[in-house]
Amino acid sequence: MNPALFIIFGTILFAALLGIFAGRRVPMNLENWTVGGRRFGVLLIWLLMAGEIYTTFTFLGASGWAYSKGAPAFYILIYGTLAYTLSFFILPALWRVGKKHSLHTQPDFFIQRYGSRALGVFVALVGVASIIPYLELQLSGLGYIVNIASRGAISAPLAILISFVLTCAFVLTSGIKGAAWVAVVKDIMMLLAVAVVGIGVPLIYFGGVGKMFRAISLKFPGHLVFPGAAPHMDVVWVMSTCLLTGLGFYMWPHMFGAAFSAKSAETIKRNAIIMPFYQIPTLLVFLVGFTALLVIPGLAKPDTSFMALADKTYPSWLVGFIGAAGAVTAMVPSAVLVLFAATLLAKNVYQTGFNPRASEDKVLRLSRITVVVIMFAALVLALYFPDELVNLLIFGYDGVSQFFPGVVLGLFWKRAHKLAVAVGLAAGVGTVVALIVTKNDPFFGLNAGFVGLAVNSLLVLILSWGRTELNHSKQ
Amino acid sequence: MHKGTRLALMLAAVPFVTLVFALPLVNRLKPMILGLPFLLFWILVWVALTPLILYLAYRLEKKYNPPDDEAER
Repeated sequence: MNPALFIIFGTILFAALLGIFAGRRVPMNLENWTVGGRRFGVLLIWLLMAGEIYTTFTFLGASGWAYSKGAPAFYILIYGTLAYTLSFFILPALWRVGKKHSLHTQPDFFIQRYGSRALGVFVALVGVASIIPYLELQLSGLGYIVNIASRGAISAPLAILISFVLTCAFVLTSGIKGAAWVAVVKDIMMLLAVAVVGIGVPLIYFGGVGKMFRAISLKFPGHLVFPGAAPHMDVVWVMSTCLLTGLGFYMWPHMFGAAFSAKSAETIKRNAIIMPFYQIPTLLVFLVGFTALLVIPGLAKPDTSFMALADKTYPSWLVGFIGAAGAVTAMVPSAVLVLFAATLLAKNVYQTGFNPRASEDKVLRLSRITVVVIMFAALVLALYFPDELVNLLIFGYDGVSQFFPGVVLGLFWKRAHKLAVAVGLAAGVGTVVALIVTKNDPFFGLNAGFVGLAVNSLLVLILSWGRTELNHSKQ
Repeated sequence: MHKGTRLALMLAAVPFVTLVFALPLVNRLKPMILGLPFLLFWILVWVALTPLILYLAYRLEKKYNPPDDEAER
């Protein structure tokens, strides 16, 4: 067995075992499964959220965009920072509602706040539809990484299959807590890997970051300012995309749910303050993409630039380490995504929609079965329909961002009404789908998801306001 | 709205102004600072300052908001 294979398999097996043992003494019920008993302190929340945010997208998509598109990739540094700033205000309020009413999921919030089960089912379905491409992205990313890191010894489908089995194992035994513990291994390894490559390659090939950027500005003038090498991603697109994805960030069902697992509103607020520091590793990933543009130009798949350059530069065992980090980096978010998608289907589609009297045990049992089903669906998609990574993520964002008006107005504005929220949500999603299908994304330079969100927000505001005014004038 | 919340919201507007609305003004390569293109340097500065801004917002909320707001924490 070559050292790279040993390191990759050793790591993912160790990580999975850690995840399995994390839940060994916890009696599994819905509360522990989804929100870890609402007991996570600042450190575990930090690890869980970093685990969810720093995904294979950080490795592959961000370097791929720096490589193929240039400056538009910088939106990735910006949107997270906007999201953490908003979360400082939104998540503590959300946590209090969650604690008070024992909420587990995002649709639970909609059902509680708006008193409508139908709206809950609708939100659950949009959530699941948005999660699946995100999950597929993790799995296909994992396939790429392990395939390159093992120098072709492990095929991408085999790598995806192995991680599928291990991830299901620790999700099924330990729920969200398993994911948080695997995130410990993942965060340490990923930070090391990104630091080694991100600091190393500009130094090795150019003698420093400044020299590397000067070489790019001479060879590819325009690459380092908007719109870079992507003419349809000019500054208006970047601005609208940052706003869309910044607002949408915590609207992902798994990010939303992670907020509930904190032990207090104070924990979640403090966490928001330190979150922007998470953005620094992304800079290092960009440096790899930019260096790759000069050193190995003309890659058919830009998303492979990080691994391809690492492979060209470093010895086999170190590439194996990077591959292992990449594999665990895919497994943590996969676990959380599949856990929440399954719980949405079991709790908020099956129980809420069809069988309100189903017992908690039955819902949990169904969630576990659904975990395997959804993972398998994503596995099939990853094997047969691989797409360019970031595009998939942006489609998912277009969907979940449409929850923003319902959540934020629901928390802070008494007048927000269920019909207005339902109409806004349907119109927002409809607008996005229509613009994308008719190839109008970007629409006058704006991100289509942003246009959908604007339509959605206006409808919720006008209809909620109009309804109460109408009621007042009747009295 | 409590005074602390109002001040915190005003501070929170800073990253939105600098990292979104100011982008058309800073979309330039030169001057390169610390070896970084000006656009990237600008973004990094404000990303790095955001935790400080949020910490200040946190202190102001603690200072000016009535403590019963904190009761549930």
